[in-house]
Amino acid sequence: MKQRSVLGQLGLVLPFLVPVFLLSVIPLVSGIYLGFTDYQFGWDPKFNGLDNYIYMLGDSYFWSSFRIGFIWTFGVTAGQILFGLGLALLLNAKLRFQWLARVLILVPWAMPPIIRGLMWNMVLLPDTSGPLNYLLTQLGIISQPINWLNNFSWALPTIILVGIWGGLPQSSVVLLAGLQSIPKELYEAAGLDGAGVWAQFRHVTLPGLRQVIVAIVSLRFMWNFNAFGLVYALTQGGPGGRTRLPMLFAYEEGFRYGNAGYAAALGNVMVLVVSALLIIYLRRQFAEEGGM
Amino acid sequence: MKRKVKLWTAKTAMYAALLAYVVFLAFPLVWLLSTALKPNSEIYSRWPTLIPKHPTWSHFATAFGEQNLLLGIANSLKIGVLSSVIVLLLAVPCAYALVRYRTFVNKAVMGWVLVSQLFPSILIIIPLFLVLRNLALTNTHTGITLVYTVWSLPFVLWMMRGYINGIPIELEEAAFVDGAGRWQVLSKVVFPLLLPGIVASGLFAFVSAWNEFFFALVLLKTPSLTTLPVYLSRFTGSEGMTRLGPLAASCLVATLPTLVVFAFLQKGLISGLMSGAVKQ
Repeated sequence: MKQRSVLGQLGLVLPFLVPVFLLSVIPLVSGIYLGFTDYQFGWDPKFNGLDNYIYMLGDSYFWSSFRIGFIWTFGVTAGQILFGLGLALLLNAKLRFQWLARVLILVPWAMPPIIRGLMWNMVLLPDTSGPLNYLLTQLGIISQPINWLNNFSWALPTIILVGIWGGLPQSSVVLLAGLQSIPKELYEAAGLDGAGVWAQFRHVTLPGLRQVIVAIVSLRFMWNFNAFGLVYALTQGGPGGRTRLPMLFAYEEGFRYGNAGYAAALGNVMVLVVSALLIIYLRRQFAEEGGM
Repeated sequence: MKRKVKLWTAKTAMYAALLAYVVFLAFPLVWLLSTALKPNSEIYSRWPTLIPKHPTWSHFATAFGEQNLLLGIANSLKIGVLSSVIVLLLAVPCAYALVRYRTFVNKAVMGWVLVSQLFPSILIIIPLFLVLRNLALTNTHTGITLVYTVWSLPFVLWMMRGYINGIPIELEEAAFVDGAGRWQVLSKVVFPLLLPGIVASGLFAFVSAWNEFFFALVLLKTPSLTTLPVYLSRFTGSEGMTRLGPLAASCLVATLPTLVVFAFLQKGLISGLMSGAVKQ
């Protein structure tokens, strides 16, 4: 009986494993390998050891794209969690018109990143025909319209804002579910002990959300670091590379200049960096949990 | 009395905050709608208004007049439906097996699901491009469908596992005791309970294919084969800025199907993501 169930499982699992193995595990492993070759599209890849990485160390484009990638990833992830938590708390409070808000927050989610980018292009038009510039000049906050996406100092903060906007729905929906799973009795007990709103938030809500927050911070961090479509639609990495995230840089190297080996090497470094940061973060979280 | 005033202030502040969120999240879409309905003179006016003074459908006519928009929609639909059906056919039985019979395979597959989330798409597409080119599948719908299938499989598997975990095994055992066969239990007990989860997971796979841009940009070169996002991405530069009206209309047309599906199925989708991603 036992043996039959193992066989039965293999029979069910195999159709799934084979295509994944063929199209996901093998390419991924060979992708990692290609990062150690001088592969160019159209030529045969030749193993060249660490040459790509030595070249990378002296490549100023690499350093700047990763620096920008970090600012973007930390900014967007933090914004998505903090603003997402705020929205989730509001949606969990007993307010009217919540159903409407719950439908509306799904709007960015339902849109392809490319359309999100095009849509924001229209909001951010460089002259006062764009609503943001119009509003800010009318209110007297700025005297001249700003070319948000083409300005060296504004481009990065602007795309971070749009990035936060795009990820808010998912984050707040997940956090909302976390909030709803915290037993009401805990709040009642804390209230009886004389805990105010803030104390309840700190000692009941936050600990109750801990697992959910750790999970979405990790996922968001990975997704944001690997983002592509939205920024491609907004700035294509410009102006002057000020918003060239690692993925955009790797895409240009691989598919514009044909340096596939170098692009794969960049991919390898991205995986390394993200996993190192995630390990540090998760270790810390678990250590704190153990100490509690 | 004082307490009441305080409560009232808090409520007002909360409504104000909620309103700010709603405006922030929905305004770009409202503006898109407004742009799509405005004549050019109003779109490029230095004193723009939210409500069009002379609304017009002409931008929609222009947008639909372009062959490639309709082709893009058709291609995206076809690829999205195909890949989500294939993903479900692969993931549902597998998830069921993984939940009901626990062996070493279980751990290996779930480990892979997690690790696969780490990898940037560039690391997948470079070797896949090589493989697909050897099979002469680049620039074909078969190739991109395969890529999407593999791309969304891990997460769909994760979601389905959550749903199946939610079905008490006692239900199945009870049916067995009543003399139902293996197949009958699956089709009469498990499948009906799983249907909402299957719909939500399928929807997830469809939307991720519908939204996907990077793989399509790299793989599909012939204009008549491209998906909607790639078609629209041509308007990112200065070309798009001179034709904002038709562009806005195309974007709306491209968003409507998913928006309708989302509004319709939001509950199932959300609970599906919950049970898949957060439990455990």
